[in-house]
Amino acid sequence: MSYKVGIFMQFAGVAAFCFICVVILPLFYGLYLTFTSWDGVSKTKPFVGLANYAATFADTDFWVSIGRTFFYSFFAVILVNIVAFLLAYMVTSGVKGQNFFRAGFFVPNLIGGIVLGFVWKFVFNRAFVAIGNSLNIEAMKNSPLSTTGGAMFCLILVAVWQYAGYMMLIYVAGFMSVDQSLREAAKVDGCTNQQATRFVIIPMMRTSFVTCLFLTITRCFMVYDVNLSLTGGEPYNSSVLAAMHVYNQAFTYKNYGTGQAEALVLFIICAVIGMWQVRVGRKGEVAA
Amino acid sequence: MMDSEKARRAKTISHIIMIAVLIVLLILFIFPFIMVVINVFKTKADITSNPLALVGKHGFTLKNFPKAIDKMNFWQTIGNSAFVTTISTVLIVLLSAMCAYVVTRYSEWKASKLLFTAMIASMVVPFQVLMIPLVSIYGGTLGILNHRWTLIFMHIGFSLSMAVFIFSGAIRSNIPLELEEAADIDGCSKWQTFWRIVFPLLKPTIATIVIIDAMALWNDYLLPSLVLGRKELYTIPIAMQSFYGTYTTDIGLVLAALLLAMLPILILFMFLQRFIIEGVVAGAVKG
Repeated sequence: MSYKVGIFMQFAGVAAFCFICVVILPLFYGLYLTFTSWDGVSKTKPFVGLANYAATFADTDFWVSIGRTFFYSFFAVILVNIVAFLLAYMVTSGVKGQNFFRAGFFVPNLIGGIVLGFVWKFVFNRAFVAIGNSLNIEAMKNSPLSTTGGAMFCLILVAVWQYAGYMMLIYVAGFMSVDQSLREAAKVDGCTNQQATRFVIIPMMRTSFVTCLFLTITRCFMVYDVNLSLTGGEPYNSSVLAAMHVYNQAFTYKNYGTGQAEALVLFIICAVIGMWQVRVGRKGEVAA
Repeated sequence: MMDSEKARRAKTISHIIMIAVLIVLLILFIFPFIMVVINVFKTKADITSNPLALVGKHGFTLKNFPKAIDKMNFWQTIGNSAFVTTISTVLIVLLSAMCAYVVTRYSEWKASKLLFTAMIASMVVPFQVLMIPLVSIYGGTLGILNHRWTLIFMHIGFSLSMAVFIFSGAIRSNIPLELEEAADIDGCSKWQTFWRIVFPLLKPTIATIVIIDAMALWNDYLLPSLVLGRKELYTIPIAMQSFYGTYTTDIGLVLAALLLAMLPILILFMFLQRFIIEGVVAGAVKG
């Protein structure tokens, strides 16, 4: 027994300690916080029962931000995956310099959300407007970030730009994992190249689709960095996504208990959608 | 003969079209970077009057850089980022490999089962759920925010699960048990077996973990911004956020700061391209 404990502690002791202190304790402590009305400063954390959950359900701004996050995630996820898949298709077709293109499309992913957001802010505020003025296009003479619909459009566009290259790499791995003899066999059976892709290769890549969708859904739902630097929630708080609302609720308005309750609700919504997607996706998986 | 000739020509044409499409898309993809690069060498007046011009009326200037380096405290900031990222990544690799070894090779132990299951389950929990209690515990109760070691400790705690999961898969499928048994017979302790036999064999997985964690930690904003409140501890993303708030109107300065923030990782990518791409794919597919 003591031998077991000794070995376990020697190898996993420090890791377990870090993990428990940083993940497990805060998780349960966070659950406890949702039943208190802590303001972030006072020593006491008065117990308030379910008041924070009641406040969460009554917080219209929270539900509006959730609705906005759904809208944003829906379009971002679909567009990211379409663009990523098409890119992957093109850079695996055997054209010259495909490794160069793969690396090039991946570049946006190397840079953090804060920096990316500011770079795009410059592009939308200055370059976009300059193009509009020089071509005399009325709709492009003002920065898209200054209108409600425009800010959302910008967020989605940047998400596509940021994640398409990363997801492309996963689709590329999917394309390469499918045995090319299957394509040849399909062609012998009379398929055209496009038909072979559509009816043989794509069904074999189901795992790649499930992985990419899961990654994009969870990332889009929890986005914060780009939201903060690109729009900052402006104009008129019309582009505050759910994660930013939670942050503001806790750290700006000092409602830690309600903020934590809202964070939990957001997490549950995101987890349910993510899991549902994986289950549906796996159902029809083709065994290789 | 004619047919294959025709097919080949059709293929060449489709390839040319595809390359053209790819080039156009790539230009669109790097368009924001191009905008930063052409404007960073202009004066503020030239950027405002025509951000699309390659060279401004007042000519080429390097003035934005020394000012940005000075105002952003660039060298200290990049030093902070490098310090936190390097130490965290090294410790994550060492600790998670050790932990993965024991939970994989002694998976029948109760403690192993419990820890591994908890780690896997915790991978779905997003940071937003933990940030408020973290601030409450480490800031309110313990009062140890504003230390780089606190940030490192938290980075490790958050990154362990994923790393243990990937290492565990690698140990299970790539390290032959016979090798360890042989070392055992030769009189190696478990500790020696791990460091002399297992760990060196995990090299490809170590590279994967280093790449995905180093990139994630280098770019992380939310956690460092909650932990590090003092200016002299700022990492690049926090410094950028605060810099932008102060110098919004001085756009040349902002662009210089943005370019400086992007350069280190872009340069690294040029040299380690293949490894980074392979590492990211391996991490995503296994995770």
